[in-house]
Amino acid sequence: MPEDILDQVTQGDYKYGFTSDIETDIIPIGLNEDVVRLISSKKNEPEWLLEFRLKAYRHWITLEMPTWAHLDIPKIDYQSIAYYAAPRKNTPKSLDDVDPELLKTFNKLGIPLEEQKALSGMAVDAVLDSVSVKTTFKENLAELGIIFCSFSEAVEHHPDLVRKYMSSVVPYTDNFFSTLNCAVFSDGSFVYIPKGVRCPMELSTYFRINSSNTGQFERTLIIADEDSYVSYLEGCTAPMRDENQLHAAIVEIIALKNANVKYSTVQNWYPGDKNGKGGIFNFVTKRGICKGENSKISWTQVETGSAITWKYPGCILLGDNSSAEFYSVAVTNNHQQADTGTKMIHIGKNTRSHILSKGISAGLGQNSYRGLVKINKNADNSRNFSQCDSLLLGDKCGAHTYPYMEVNNDTSIVEHEATTSKINEDQIFYCNQRGISTEDAVGLIVNGYAKEVLNQLPMEFAVEAQKLLQITLEGSVG
Amino acid sequence: MLEIKNLHANINGKEILKGLNLIVRPGEVHAIMGPNGAGKSTLASVLSGNQAFDVTKGEVNFYGKDLLEMLPEDRSREGIFLSFQYPVEIPGVSMVNFMRTALNEHRKYKNLPPMSATDFLRTMREKKELVEMDSNLANRSVNEGFSGGEKKKNEIFQMAMLDPRLSILDETDSGLDIDALRIVANGVNKLKRPDNACILITHYQRLLDYIIPDFVHVLYDGRIVKTGGKELALELEDKGYDWIKKEVDGE
Repeated sequence: MPEDILDQVTQGDYKYGFTSDIETDIIPIGLNEDVVRLISSKKNEPEWLLEFRLKAYRHWITLEMPTWAHLDIPKIDYQSIAYYAAPRKNTPKSLDDVDPELLKTFNKLGIPLEEQKALSGMAVDAVLDSVSVKTTFKENLAELGIIFCSFSEAVEHHPDLVRKYMSSVVPYTDNFFSTLNCAVFSDGSFVYIPKGVRCPMELSTYFRINSSNTGQFERTLIIADEDSYVSYLEGCTAPMRDENQLHAAIVEIIALKNANVKYSTVQNWYPGDKNGKGGIFNFVTKRGICKGENSKISWTQVETGSAITWKYPGCILLGDNSSAEFYSVAVTNNHQQADTGTKMIHIGKNTRSHILSKGISAGLGQNSYRGLVKINKNADNSRNFSQCDSLLLGDKCGAHTYPYMEVNNDTSIVEHEATTSKINEDQIFYCNQRGISTEDAVGLIVNGYAKEVLNQLPMEFAVEAQKLLQITLEGSVG
Repeated sequence: MLEIKNLHANINGKEILKGLNLIVRPGEVHAIMGPNGAGKSTLASVLSGNQAFDVTKGEVNFYGKDLLEMLPEDRSREGIFLSFQYPVEIPGVSMVNFMRTALNEHRKYKNLPPMSATDFLRTMREKKELVEMDSNLANRSVNEGFSGGEKKKNEIFQMAMLDPRLSILDETDSGLDIDALRIVANGVNKLKRPDNACILITHYQRLLDYIIPDFVHVLYDGRIVKTGGKELALELEDKGYDWIKKEVDGE
């Protein structure tokens, strides 16, 4: 058995493709009001949350899946998906109660859940399928008044905060996938940083899909109170399976006066095989609001996984002098498709946003940047600068840029720059001549191209992301 | 070390090298001169393994190995270095990272462990001095925003780092002012040893005032048509190539 796992890990390019033998409680496939009620009851939720879910579900059945993205999405049968899967040995009091197979799984992913082994300076919330299985360093953080726990725990212990902020940035009617999430979401992470507190460690959530035929619908809620700071990381992987699996998450960030939130993602869901079979459909809604004056939200994403990616982490700049950043590297290789970008909505005065998007296409990959910059009437002296670069590795892939701008204020300035380039044979030969193989040369050149974005990531993640870029593009040139 | 026999090479179906012969022994400096379009740069490209050129005939032997069978990166690891006429820019890749990757690939090929960061940085500092390179150039991206002179110095710096057995300098003197030329030439001279060799491809005699060649070859119409000592370069400077063309074409 261990050899089997080893084989699965070492074969092929995707090194997180193994499955774990964990006793799992999965509800039958299909979606209706009873399923929504069942999920809610499994989680012992209060009545108001069930009502919220049902309201969302009733709205969802009136919606059609969006088709405007530059994506070729196979028909999804929403009745053939199981909407809840959880390791059976749940709610462990201590690590001794956690299924050892589960600990092994996370160890193998490089995410030790034993605090003494954990990376110093990083607290982790580990989510397997539909539930959070362990949050590290919770007690240490609690001493500073920081709440870092699973979403379910937050509903139980901090209902006022959850009720006040949940769905305040992404309303339940927002879009097809987010509405679906509101109806069936399972777990996720919750963060509250109190006034004046600078979170002393990186907070991170690691999402892992394990069960087959299930969807993953988590939601993350981050609230940064006045004058606080937090840096938050998100990582994700899934086993290699022939069928497509749906991941439809919501992330909401609220930054109050002078608060600063940095959110980084390294998205490495299973991308499907070389022929485009299998892989995760990653349809995610992420949005932050700079609610208070001088607040700041920064999104950094490195998107290397998933068969299809559809996500636009955005920011509503409500508070005067608030600012937002979006840094993105999106890679599509083989049959992968990505339609990703951001939305910056300027409402407050003197608001600033900066967009830097680096797309990389290889194989038959299709990569689109889609972004909206909207300056409202009263957003005096607002500024936006967008730069969207595309790099093509090969002649069968595609890169597309769809920038939308709506400027309703004369005193504001919006700038957009875009470039498309092909990886240069001369650059590769130059590296070859110095003793560097073509594969390594492509890795170097691509990492150089993406450097400004990778520099935004916390140290450990940056190294990981560089390796990931190289692995993702293996065999794509030459 | 290097033996080229009857080398023929094409680009886009056009024959450029038409039976070139050359022997280079350790410790020697060979200058290759000739009019535009004679095939000088093609020779450099073919020896370093540029895929744009097809070798249709001939042999190239480097220390007993068939060079033409090797990938460009293996030729480099075997000790062939090309100083490019037009070094490319690689944005976002620092010289430190680039050089370290290259050097460690060379070491791996020789079954040596990667060089420690301290040793590497010390080596880099030493070699930078050799070409009087501005110390912060090394922290910039490969050739990005470098002036013409800086790019050429950077080539010689890389040559010093990789310590090749055979260096091919493709018009390293072109576009250099007199000060930069002197620095580059001094660098090359300091790297000269009895166990390595150098092929200088140049248009002008000027470089040969600084780097004294053992042999001067005239490449014309894809072949070496005349070989002499350093006085041949002076003669060419004085008389141009027409008399050689006449000699060859009149045959």
